[in-house]
Amino acid sequence: MSIEVRAVTKRFGNFTALDGVGIRVESGELVALLGPSGSGKTSLLRIIAGLEMPDAGTVLFDGEDATSRDVRDRRVGFVFQHYALFRHMTVFENVAFGLRVRPAGTRPAKDEIRDKVLHLLRMVQLDWLANRYPAQLSGGQRQRVALARALAVEPRVLLLDEPFGSLDARVRQELRRWLRRLHDEIHVTSVFVTHDQEEALEVADRVVILNEGRIEQVGTPEEVFERPATPFVMNFLGSVNIFHGRVEAGKALLGPIAFDYPEHPDAAALPAAGYVRPHELDVGRSADAPNGLWTTLERMNAAGALVKLELAGDDGRLLQVEIPRETYLELRPELGEKLYVRPRSLRVFLQRGEG
Amino acid sequence: MSTRAVPSPTTEVRATPPFATPAAIRRRGLTEPGAVRAALLAVAIGFLALFVAAPVATVFGQALSKGLGAYLAALRTPDALAAVRLTLLAAAIAVPLNTVFGLLAGWAIAKFRFRGRSALVTLIDLPLSVSPVIAGMVFVLLFGRSGAFGPWLTEHGVKIIFSTPGIVIATMFVTFPLVAREVIPVMQAGGTEEEEAARVLGAGGWNIFRRVTLPNIKWGVLYGAILCNARAMGEFGAVSVVSGHIRGKTNTLPLHTEILYNEYDFQSAFAVASLLVFLALVTLVARSAVEWRARRLAAEAEALVPREEAA
Repeated sequence: MSIEVRAVTKRFGNFTALDGVGIRVESGELVALLGPSGSGKTSLLRIIAGLEMPDAGTVLFDGEDATSRDVRDRRVGFVFQHYALFRHMTVFENVAFGLRVRPAGTRPAKDEIRDKVLHLLRMVQLDWLANRYPAQLSGGQRQRVALARALAVEPRVLLLDEPFGSLDARVRQELRRWLRRLHDEIHVTSVFVTHDQEEALEVADRVVILNEGRIEQVGTPEEVFERPATPFVMNFLGSVNIFHGRVEAGKALLGPIAFDYPEHPDAAALPAAGYVRPHELDVGRSADAPNGLWTTLERMNAAGALVKLELAGDDGRLLQVEIPRETYLELRPELGEKLYVRPRSLRVFLQRGEG
Repeated sequence: MSTRAVPSPTTEVRATPPFATPAAIRRRGLTEPGAVRAALLAVAIGFLALFVAAPVATVFGQALSKGLGAYLAALRTPDALAAVRLTLLAAAIAVPLNTVFGLLAGWAIAKFRFRGRSALVTLIDLPLSVSPVIAGMVFVLLFGRSGAFGPWLTEHGVKIIFSTPGIVIATMFVTFPLVAREVIPVMQAGGTEEEEAARVLGAGGWNIFRRVTLPNIKWGVLYGAILCNARAMGEFGAVSVVSGHIRGKTNTLPLHTEILYNEYDFQSAFAVASLLVFLALVTLVARSAVEWRARRLAAEAEALVPREEAA
């Protein structure tokens, strides 16, 4: 089922959680709502679920207005951040709950419920824990029970609020790969909220990046990473080096470096900033090409596939640079050494205005 | 200086047990000296003996002072039996109603944000901070012959003050905070996520309450109901004002005890009082049982939590 959100606004007192947000999620898609805390991503998810009413705007399921439809009738599966498992029920009873509370006419028979619950528990690899209570499970197991419980009612949409938020790093890694595989198997339209850009880029088909109640960019993980629409997206999706300066007459003049900037051919100067990711900078011992700057190597972390360098320019600016291990082994830089740093590519955003 | 004076690090480690046993703590002098502990214990026990054990012993001693036959006879007088009936009736009405009220109030306060929420919390505590005598007088002023609703009630032939309804109302008033106060913190600690989860899964209000909310708070409710019951049966002040002390009609157990005592019939007074003491003991046992059971369930669940493992 497809989901469409049109011009949704939500306020809590003086705080505007969502300001005219619109997104479209195609049937069978897995979409991430990504943003810092307070960006409105959880509010948006709760509005889609029907747990929260928007102050303005509409929510459509398969083109049909569902804004005023009660949560109970929306047939959504919702996985809560802290799982919200029923404490006093066994794993089995938790998963069976959605089937047991159906009105007598549509409630499946006892055997049917049992078969279905056991099937779901096998799917999340927890059938051997059916008689345990939630308090007796680890975080990753609880998470999977919550997922099985949400899927038991055959939801048309699966919504997950920070699904891996409270798990430790390794379990998180495995669980998100598992979620991706599961989604590829059952293909239910899914939306999940996260503040972890790595998680969003790894798991989702498309990523919606939110900031202060507005959408900054929507696109595939590659699109938003390679072609960030705004400085916020650029900043949020990884570390960046920023060169402040101006654009005038088709040129971007950013402190020590200058690039062509045909988008602004006027002679009038506008304030602008150039954004460069750490891996987009070359480091060498000679100034063999223009548009670089001389720096001093201040810090170095050579543990990992990428070697992280921190370099200080003559003007005191600090640059974060990542170079492949092979380059590092060839270059063998030493702390305090003078090195020439040159951006290979750079994105210019005009300040206060569209980029 | 010989090298033997400095123990090697390994001996040092081996000398210390992995965790501090009470004996080890005492040896290392991390607790008060024995004399102080003995004195504190003696004070506590002495206090209990003086204010709890001695009165209880006196009650039973006096009650049985003329033998078991007299004791049973005092309990079997029509007035005593009427007092038992009235006390049980008042509790039988007040406890269920206040349990329902406590659940409703707890639900409203813990699950919703609304204007006047904190005022409601304060109001719920009012009966505990107001003298019961005042509470009784308020009802006399409201429902008494010359009270606000008095003329209307007389006209319709309804008698509240100096009659059973008054006693029930007064009992309810002084006991209504007891369940709510136990339930509110438990509900607040539980939050609303489980109810939301149930709603998303398609459960209606009644199903959510019966299958999700109530099981989570049942120990709190039970604990509150036990306290409520004890207070309802033992209440003296408020009931005394509205009762009118009509023998065999509007006397509860505490009031009947007082009347007998005032008539110098000490043996009968203490015989009736022994019923109240017995009730207190039952309450204590029930309370401990509920606490013990709730704690044990929590501990059992805790003991089984596995370490985090890969999905």
